[in-house]
Amino acid sequence: MGFRYRLNIKEDATLAHNTDAEEPNRRDFLYIATGAMGVVGAGALVWPFIDQMNPDASALALASIEVDVSAVEEGQSITVKWRGKPVFIRNRTETEVDEAKSVPIADLPDQLARNANLPADADASDPNRGVEGKENWLVQIGICTHLGCVPIGDAGEFGGWFCPCHGSHYDTAGRIRKGPAPENLLIPPLEFVSDSTIKIG
Amino acid sequence: MAGHSNYVPQSAAAKWLESRLPVISLMRGSFVDFPTPKNLNYWWTFGGILFFVLIAQILTGIVLVMHYTPSTGAAFDSVEHIMRDVNFGWMLRYLHSNGASMFFIAVYIHIFRGLYYGSYKAPREISWILGVIIFLIMMGTAFMGYVLPWGQMSFWGATVITNLFSAIPLVGEAIVTWLWGGFAVDNPTLNRFFSLHYLLPFMIFGVVILHVWAFHTTGNNNPTGVQPKTKQDTLPFHPYYTMKDLFAIVVFMIFFSWFAFYLPNYLGHADNYIEANPLVTPAHIVPEWYFLPFYAILRAVPDKLGGVVLMFGAIAVLFILPWLDTSKVRSGAYRPLFKQFFWIFAAVCVALGYLGAMPAEGIYVTLSRIFTAYYFAHFLVILPMLGFLEKPKPLPASISESVLKGGSGKPAAAAAAPETK
Repeated sequence: MGFRYRLNIKEDATLAHNTDAEEPNRRDFLYIATGAMGVVGAGALVWPFIDQMNPDASALALASIEVDVSAVEEGQSITVKWRGKPVFIRNRTETEVDEAKSVPIADLPDQLARNANLPADADASDPNRGVEGKENWLVQIGICTHLGCVPIGDAGEFGGWFCPCHGSHYDTAGRIRKGPAPENLLIPPLEFVSDSTIKIG
Repeated sequence: MAGHSNYVPQSAAAKWLESRLPVISLMRGSFVDFPTPKNLNYWWTFGGILFFVLIAQILTGIVLVMHYTPSTGAAFDSVEHIMRDVNFGWMLRYLHSNGASMFFIAVYIHIFRGLYYGSYKAPREISWILGVIIFLIMMGTAFMGYVLPWGQMSFWGATVITNLFSAIPLVGEAIVTWLWGGFAVDNPTLNRFFSLHYLLPFMIFGVVILHVWAFHTTGNNNPTGVQPKTKQDTLPFHPYYTMKDLFAIVVFMIFFSWFAFYLPNYLGHADNYIEANPLVTPAHIVPEWYFLPFYAILRAVPDKLGGVVLMFGAIAVLFILPWLDTSKVRSGAYRPLFKQFFWIFAAVCVALGYLGAMPAEGIYVTLSRIFTAYYFAHFLVILPMLGFLEKPKPLPASISESVLKGGSGKPAAAAAAPETK
């Protein structure tokens, strides 16, 4: 048996020299199957090393917070921390709301609402940005959509927010108007659980 | 490398070792007997200076870790503890933080030396590419090291730089979350940066060995760009270049000490002595000086993805530089037009560095755009065309001849045709 086997190999080698299309034999199959198993095994082993860097269970626990906003007067803002990020809660003045409403959607660089409480394709009109039924309230994640700095309130050319890092201007509805940021400030999932308490998350 | 060794083991112990592991002849061939062009000027000492700074950074870093605590609650205080309580802690930390700047000063001079004398050209492409890889790892190491003190600049620098990856379409956000290990820069981010900041210098060390191996295989470039032809063109590395490098290292150490002891915070930012606050971004955030030219390129483009692509492109273009420069003459000393464009390019890089530190508005943005365009034009338009348009000066017949007839810049009377190198 051993002899015959060796003889076969010799024949195969000569064949390979003479013809291009050689029938794959059992050894080729075993070779490829072993290699494929090795690749799958290595891939399976690499994954835990990559995935360990993703957010862990404690970071993923989607904490929600409740914020008492009864002390926030018209024209005032507070910043709270949610999932490690700042959230701006602003009680807007009537002028600010009117100003935001007067802007045609076609003039906005980002025409989507970016509101987690609405469908993804909702437009960036002011009612879609403010809290439903309480349009003077504007709650948004205070992170510039350019490179993640925290914009400064009551600043910028549009009376809303201004990011000091790379000069993005947001209007009174938190919509990007000028500068490198690609999107409006994001609005987190939220609801008024009572007249004076907002639940975020 | 080992092939250049004249070493013959004499003692029984040396013979025993050499026949089992020829490490003595390897070291002798690489750093003692290695034939080195005899006309290397002081710009060539920066390789040795860089090796010294790398070792200094590793040593000061290892001892700093004995006192540092990588945790968002304790990192800032542990750095202050190093500064105030640990014996010589202030000195070790200032040497390490200023050492990073010294590393970049030396590496930029080293890179520009390579650009001027055409050290990237055949047959030294691999050495050049390995050098660019070292430069990239250095930037990653420096960036992560700057995050460790957990000051305001640490935190917001980390936030802005990691957010660059969010510009990648589709998977950008997932990559950023993966880099952070959460939904903002936080404790997991600090811990992994600490781990990698400790690892990467040893990877740099490994690539440095490959970098040296590559140009020891091809032989050093030299100010004439002419390959050594006879034994008269070279000198053994020791004692000629060990002493020259050592002298340069000592001079560099004076410069280094001046910063570390007299201006330890000159290159830093006052904001980094305020503990990180995830709710407030400092009014004017700027990266460390050595990133400023690239930062200016990032901000020159009004589009987020475009800015990130150009910034990485500014380094990526260095990888293909050996094939962009079409001139057959290596050294800038014999290229009258190239020489002028080289200095314009160097000035543009400095100007970009200045613009990177200025606020992103008005005239600064306009100038950043012009200089960014020029940066890429230098590599993608000027260098490829110069090879065809320029008439190089005649090259010396040999290194020896150029040395005897007065300097690398002046061609000898009976010069060979430049085309035949």
